[in-house]
Amino acid sequence: MEVLAYLIPISIVMGGVGLLAFVYTVKSNQYDDPDGNSQRILSNEWDDHPKP
Amino acid sequence: MTATMRPTPSACPACAAAPAAEALAELEAPKEARIALSVPAVHCAACISTVESALAKAPGVQSARVNLTLKRVQIEADPDIMPDDLIKVLERVGYEAHELDAGALSATQTDKTGRDLLMRLAVAGFASMNVMLLSVSVWAGAADATRDMFHWISAAITLPTIAFSGVPFFKSAWGALKHHRLNMDVPIVLAIVLALVTSLWETSLSGHHAYFDAALTLTFFLLAGRYLDYRTRAIARSAAEELAALEVPRAIVIRNREEKQVPVAEVVVGDMVLVRPGGRMPVDGEIVEGMSEIDRSLLTGETVPVLAEPGKGVSAGEVNLTGPLVVRATAVGKDTSLHRMADLVAIAESGRSRYTSLADKAAKLYAPGVHILSALSFVGWWLYTWDVRTALNIAAAVLIITCPCALGLAVPAVTTAASGRLFRKGMLIKHATALERLAQVDTVVFDKTGTLTAGTPELTNLGDHAARDLEIALALAEGSSHPLSQSLTRAARDAGVTPAKVADIAEVPGYGTEGVWNGQRVRLGRAAWVGAQSTDTTAAWLSVSGEAPRAFTFTDRLREGSEQAVKALLDAGKDVILISGDATRAVEDLAKRLGIQHWMAEALPADKAARIAHLSQQGKHVLMVGDGLNDTAALAAADVSISPASALDAARVASDIVLLGGDLSPIADALDTAKSATRRIRENFQIATLYNVIAVPIAVIGLATPLVAALAMSASSITVSLNALRLR
Repeated sequence: MEVLAYLIPISIVMGGVGLLAFVYTVKSNQYDDPDGNSQRILSNEWDDHPKP
Repeated sequence: MTATMRPTPSACPACAAAPAAEALAELEAPKEARIALSVPAVHCAACISTVESALAKAPGVQSARVNLTLKRVQIEADPDIMPDDLIKVLERVGYEAHELDAGALSATQTDKTGRDLLMRLAVAGFASMNVMLLSVSVWAGAADATRDMFHWISAAITLPTIAFSGVPFFKSAWGALKHHRLNMDVPIVLAIVLALVTSLWETSLSGHHAYFDAALTLTFFLLAGRYLDYRTRAIARSAAEELAALEVPRAIVIRNREEKQVPVAEVVVGDMVLVRPGGRMPVDGEIVEGMSEIDRSLLTGETVPVLAEPGKGVSAGEVNLTGPLVVRATAVGKDTSLHRMADLVAIAESGRSRYTSLADKAAKLYAPGVHILSALSFVGWWLYTWDVRTALNIAAAVLIITCPCALGLAVPAVTTAASGRLFRKGMLIKHATALERLAQVDTVVFDKTGTLTAGTPELTNLGDHAARDLEIALALAEGSSHPLSQSLTRAARDAGVTPAKVADIAEVPGYGTEGVWNGQRVRLGRAAWVGAQSTDTTAAWLSVSGEAPRAFTFTDRLREGSEQAVKALLDAGKDVILISGDATRAVEDLAKRLGIQHWMAEALPADKAARIAHLSQQGKHVLMVGDGLNDTAALAAADVSISPASALDAARVASDIVLLGGDLSPIADALDTAKSATRRIRENFQIATLYNVIAVPIAVIGLATPLVAALAMSASSITVSLNALRLR
């Protein structure tokens, strides 16, 4: 049962990391244009440099 | 549950837009201009690159980026670049564009409410994942000390999460209770709080059942519904409200023989106001100087321009066409006819306020029902066992199981799917219950000028004229910016006519253009001016001295898709009615051309609204489609209303749905989509009820465990969402 002592903190930390990653994506405007992003991957114009 | 968000019809549209625009003008550093355009037709990867590369090639543009979700393009350009130039660039590559008010735009770009909801949703989501992990271990058989530890860890995660994520529900429930009302959020909050209290109690007594995971998933699903609901409306609201106001916020006043630009609010009665050709009258008044023609179509629906000369009265909102006019203000601000029109909107009983949404109806039945059921099971079990702990546990289980996860998602999931589908066709749903109201429509009332017709004249008898006449007419027409002249120029140029050599071309404001051709005086203009009998069709007359004058007749061009829209509506068995302020002849012609049986001409704004109120009294559900100021009262009075993007700001504010493109044909589709959306909403309610019918007895007899609650909740929420997705 001592394995729980590792696993529970690990699971909580992993949840926290996921949450922080999500907060980062929200803050950097990555959900502003979901439709556009799904279409832009079909264009080969920005293959070398991502558009700012 | 869905709070009704009604945009307040601002009394004067210009007043509402002006402060933001002025504030922006002051803030704007002169380094580069940010321009935002609405481009309703973009829909694919190819569109994105066409639009972006066309704009990037335009001189002075630094960067352009399309936002496909909002169908909008953001441009950074040199400060001297005007939005109009860029609109022309886009028109050349085949995309219709409208300017967006950058002031209003910057306010919505940092969309605080949306981000706030998203953040709460995310926290609830990640917390519920962690707690679910622990709960699954408990359900899998963790016992004694391990179970207690898991419960305590769950509590430690759940309590702060609920305190943060549940805020929207707490606020809304408190607001309702303060006004002695019940809304959907009251049972939600009660369920969450009761679940937390009993779970904490159980945990402290090392009990078997804790509902921490249920409280969290409940919050998560409900926030998801709320976020969807918010997003759908935020997209519509931002796009609809940012289309720049057409009204002039400023007027040119002549004081001490000096022309001075002042805000319209500062004009007083008796001021002399200069209105240049192409400008809109800022005040009601009387013409004291100048000759011109004025276009009253937005106010009255009349298509034929009216002669303006000293002594004639003008109303705010009319457009001056040919010559500069000096107007002595007789009514300003709130007393102008434009404002009285806006007042009509306030008086008209709003079709929206009569409607109770399906969600509200469900909440009215549901909220008291759940409370009574839960209270009864508490009392029943308490009397049966004399054990408060068991009774409270069961009461909490009943509340959690009945809690409207599926009900909370039932409406927003469907409206999101339906609005998305209509948005792709170029329609913006501004109002939350617009789809439900649209589904009931059996009568469609159209305005004529600017709605069924494009509001621009089109030459009808080009072929009847000799080449010589056309050449002279073209030469004269090119010297004027009058709409009829511009239309004639376009038609003649398209037919390959080259202008004749006409010397000394001069525009006589209010009458027409004249010049000298081969030593003879030639004129193009009003019938009376060239010595012809006037007729009631719109016409410009050409006279060559010594010959009989010849008429160039014009008709108002049909808007794209209006024939298909009317035909589809008639085929679907709807009553189609045409109500216009224009002359009887013009209205009758159009009605015949489109196959509309019922029409009404020379209608005043109040007549329109009264007619719609009359139809509603007969039990009809009326859809009003209109664009002018004279339509605003009718738009507000109808059960549901649609206006094109070219409509005046006031009309767009008064309507529930805005057509982004110039095409009317999506209207018929919208009715179908609205019908199937309403059907899905009803199905979703049925699904949710079915789950309750099965799950509630289990909870009441005390057999519900947290596992059962989690299964029932997730299963019903997912079924409801999938059902909504069938609409796409």
